[in-house]
Amino acid sequence: MSLFLSSLCISLLALPHPFFSDTPPLPYLSYYSLSLPPQFHNLQELRQSPSLATKVFIQRDYSEGTVCRFQIKFPSELGSRIERTLFEDTVKTLNTYYAEAEKVGGQSYMEGCLACATAYFIFLCMETRYEKVLKKISGYIQEQNEKIYAPRGLLLTDPVERGMRVIEVSVFEDRGSSGSSPSSNVSSGISQR
Amino acid sequence: MSAVMIARKVRKWEKLPGKNSFCCDGRVMMARQKGVFYLTVFLIVGTCSLFFAFECPYLATHLSPAIPVFAVVLFLFVMAMLLRTSFSDPGVLPRALPEEATFIEMEIEAANGNVPAGQRPPPRIRNVQINGQIVKLKYCHTCKIFRPPRASHCSICDNCVDRFDHHCPWVGNCVGKRNYRYFYLFTLSLSLLTIYIFTFAIVHVVMRSVDSGFVKTLQDTPGTVLEVLVCFFTLWSVVGLTGFHSYLISLNQTTNEDIKGSWSGKNRLQNPYSHKNIVKNCCEVLCGPAYPSVLDRRGLTQDDLPVPASTAAQSNPVPQTTKTTAPLIPNEHTPDDAKSSIADSAISHAEKGSPSPKKEKPPTPAKVPPLASPETDVEASIIIAKEKAL
Repeated sequence: MSLFLSSLCISLLALPHPFFSDTPPLPYLSYYSLSLPPQFHNLQELRQSPSLATKVFIQRDYSEGTVCRFQIKFPSELGSRIERTLFEDTVKTLNTYYAEAEKVGGQSYMEGCLACATAYFIFLCMETRYEKVLKKISGYIQEQNEKIYAPRGLLLTDPVERGMRVIEVSVFEDRGSSGSSPSSNVSSGISQR
Repeated sequence: MSAVMIARKVRKWEKLPGKNSFCCDGRVMMARQKGVFYLTVFLIVGTCSLFFAFECPYLATHLSPAIPVFAVVLFLFVMAMLLRTSFSDPGVLPRALPEEATFIEMEIEAANGNVPAGQRPPPRIRNVQINGQIVKLKYCHTCKIFRPPRASHCSICDNCVDRFDHHCPWVGNCVGKRNYRYFYLFTLSLSLLTIYIFTFAIVHVVMRSVDSGFVKTLQDTPGTVLEVLVCFFTLWSVVGLTGFHSYLISLNQTTNEDIKGSWSGKNRLQNPYSHKNIVKNCCEVLCGPAYPSVLDRRGLTQDDLPVPASTAAQSNPVPQTTKTTAPLIPNEHTPDDAKSSIADSAISHAEKGSPSPKKEKPPTPAKVPPLASPETDVEASIIIAKEKAL
């Protein structure tokens, strides 16, 4: 069966072209769900082992339909860690990127018609517009993490790794406090959930 | 004592929950029951082969060589659309990770307040306003998420699918946001192909009968009878299906919504996704952006990382496989999260200086994958050194 399918695949090349295909996952972001200290802190801070305190999830905003948009509501758990404007700017920029990716306009028509005319084989060689924008988004999130979030002990996870459902913000413990009992903090954090 | 464990590469599709089957190392994704799909392929390929064998030589010489050429093009397009529909991810929503699931549970409990013992808790529903209309989002107990609007859980594939249309056994896959246009183009092109073959089979029989008589024609080309029969029965169903989906597209509705009567007009409920313009609706569904898959099927799981020599004198190396077979909630990220909670406690143990069998785990998460930047490698080695010192 697999031989038949693979020969059909090769001859007709009607394979889908998933976004992740052969590329390894995004370098380090997905591994921050482990309690690896954020790499952008200096090593001294690392030695105090900040560990994951909690995660905050920014939900989708469906008021304009099924287009990808996230709520700009500032979560209370981040109140002390980051300025409201910075966070809201990040979410607004992400929303702009997603709107650009999902825009139904001249370019998407051209792409759709050209792809249909080639029986969608062209997607095997060409990146779709959405994929290009997703790459831009992951670059933007990386830059935001480096410049703004990691120094504050926070970490954004690319929504595409969570099925475009939520923006996951990992909140690491404040380095200045409680070096002695991170385990109790973590376990109490877990039990609170 | 050192033990070096080298695990084979495990791709994420091998750990995905749900009842899909995968081929070509995660590139192909289908439902488990593929029997009807094979029948579809057999019928299309078989009928077209008969057409090329019996009708085309005669028609090419007596009418026009363009006839078989166009038939070939149409046949290839139909097969390409069928395989694209069958093999692609329909828009499966990955299940919630444990933290997200608990976060949602907390929100639900907060919203419901205190339920007296013995009473059934209220159904888990979230109301959102879409284009001025209240839409209820239901909670999926399997995937532990509130389903986005228009998403539905397919019980055959055991996945929540975005913009779920229906599960089609003929293509052996769900039809959802990502592959709906391919499915529509498949039914459309198959209708054209069926009409084409049916018409030219009849033309061929008529033309040949004029020369050599009806009975002799049927004896010379027995395949024609079979083709006409298959095409006749296929015509009604496929053309009907194409017409039905054209209607749905013009209204920007899914089959699922149509069957449930979500926007039938009762309770003054109107379709909030429709642009109230047929052309705009068609353009959005057929010419919209090509959504990428959010299922990272071909990404590598943690299991592929070679574990370095164990640190302290622990002589019970935990085999790699046990990490992946301890799901908290079965989903593609379970190995990472199982390790993260273990790593949390492990790091705390390490700081207290108490040895534990779990000490072997920290080097694994600390050993960042190949694409790690130099800083992570440095910090990873520092952590490993710290472990060794304790």
